[in-house]
Amino acid sequence: MREKRFVYMDHAATTFIKPDVAESMIPFLKEHFGNPSSLYSIGIEGKEAIETAREQLAKALGAKPEEIYFTSGGTESDNWAIKGTAFSRRKKGKHIITTSIEHHAVLYPCEYLGAQGFDVTYLPVDKYGLVDPAEVEAALREDTILISVMYANNEIGTIEPIQEIGKVAKEHDVLFHTDAVQVIGAVSLDMKQKHKNVDMLSLSSHKFYGPKGTGALFLREGTQIDNFMHGGGQERRKRAGTENVAGIVGMGKAIELATANIEEHNEKIRKMRNRLLSGVLKIPSCRFNGHPEKRLPGNLNFSFEYIEGESLLLMLDQMGICSSTGSACSSGSLEASHVLKAIGVPPEIAQGSLRLTLGDANSEEDIDYVLDVLPETVGKLRDMSPFYKPSSVCEK
Amino acid sequence: MYNKKVMDHFMNPRNVGEIETADGVGEAGNPHGDQMKIFMKIRDDRIEDVKFKTFGCAAAIASSSMATELIKGKTLNEAWELTNEAVAEALEGLPPGKLECSVVSREAIHNAINDYRKKQGLEPLEEQT
Repeated sequence: MREKRFVYMDHAATTFIKPDVAESMIPFLKEHFGNPSSLYSIGIEGKEAIETAREQLAKALGAKPEEIYFTSGGTESDNWAIKGTAFSRRKKGKHIITTSIEHHAVLYPCEYLGAQGFDVTYLPVDKYGLVDPAEVEAALREDTILISVMYANNEIGTIEPIQEIGKVAKEHDVLFHTDAVQVIGAVSLDMKQKHKNVDMLSLSSHKFYGPKGTGALFLREGTQIDNFMHGGGQERRKRAGTENVAGIVGMGKAIELATANIEEHNEKIRKMRNRLLSGVLKIPSCRFNGHPEKRLPGNLNFSFEYIEGESLLLMLDQMGICSSTGSACSSGSLEASHVLKAIGVPPEIAQGSLRLTLGDANSEEDIDYVLDVLPETVGKLRDMSPFYKPSSVCEK
Repeated sequence: MYNKKVMDHFMNPRNVGEIETADGVGEAGNPHGDQMKIFMKIRDDRIEDVKFKTFGCAAAIASSSMATELIKGKTLNEAWELTNEAVAEALEGLPPGKLECSVVSREAIHNAINDYRKKQGLEPLEEQT
């Protein structure tokens, strides 16, 4: 009998904290506990550590330290960028352009603004999840104040044409925000050159081996948006609240490690991912979701016909494999994720979807194990399914 | 999220399969939701054997397994009276919002019993509302 193994394949949900990152945080959980706004030495040490982290982030993003603002995470950064832009420019206009595949941290603030009298256009995507920059341009109006398009999708891993969309935004003098939560360590960013048309960019520490509860918003120099958190004078009066010093220090270390050699790292992850992909595609009646090339190196998303995602996820968990599904069962009815719907996966197939996201927790042995366990688990659920006939032919 | 008993019935479901020579077959489900098919071997008004196939979440699969265990060996009248609550109770509880996932078991059982009654030339039993 094969030995049960713990395999973490949900890096898009969160990542483990790297030992060096955890190590860097400990002094700020212990002796350097002072409030960074205090004038005595243990406060000043915290303040200095925050500024070091700011420089680490700026370097990793090709930005200026003054353009980095620390937040509580990706959700706060998205909320700040979107609501802050909307409320600061409502005299200029009330139209916002976003997409139908954004994370809820973007979609729901947009829905909220919609209820506040703003007008939001949710652009469709193609079958791979790609946004067409021409459609962004066509959606622009006189009163458009913001374009928000995610850098890469968290479910299907599709990488969007951010530079092209940025160009459209710049030409029409509209602010451009991108949620880059999934791309740190996978795509090299350069806010000065390559991304010179991105005005705001959200990131989240726990997606790149840093701690949870810490994130940042890149806010380009000269870009004025309303504050989101009101209170003390932290973050140059733009984001109130005593800083999460240990978290910020950890994020600084984490981004330094994550961006040290992106290409080499991607190559290793992509190699494992591709072997897993070709192995999984041998399972009959299986659909591969997302773009074949314009895709995050660690992301795989499948739909297995005739079975249900939650069942698959729980059975894999019993075998030690952590994964994610794009379908949720509530009160006997199954709801496919908005992303799978947007790329046109038929609902009965979207129900059996599985996301595997690889990262630094994985090894080639993990791939062997998943390739051993997954086909068997899919088979077990299919044997139980009234929809499945063993003769069902694969359609790829 | 799920208790041990539910996980046991989900991971090791009892009575999975089909009965080719079933005396009563019933199916229930909702579009884009859980689906269950149940097969009964009936002798002297009693469920001698029962098998099922279910598409759905862990709660739906575990409920199907438990429901078939509860009606095996019972009379058709007893099986007809089985409630979702009784299935959930036998499973020592289902998480909030998951009780509805056990509804298909009851409907499938009723449909199988009426399928049998029809084949016997009997009037189908009416659902109580």
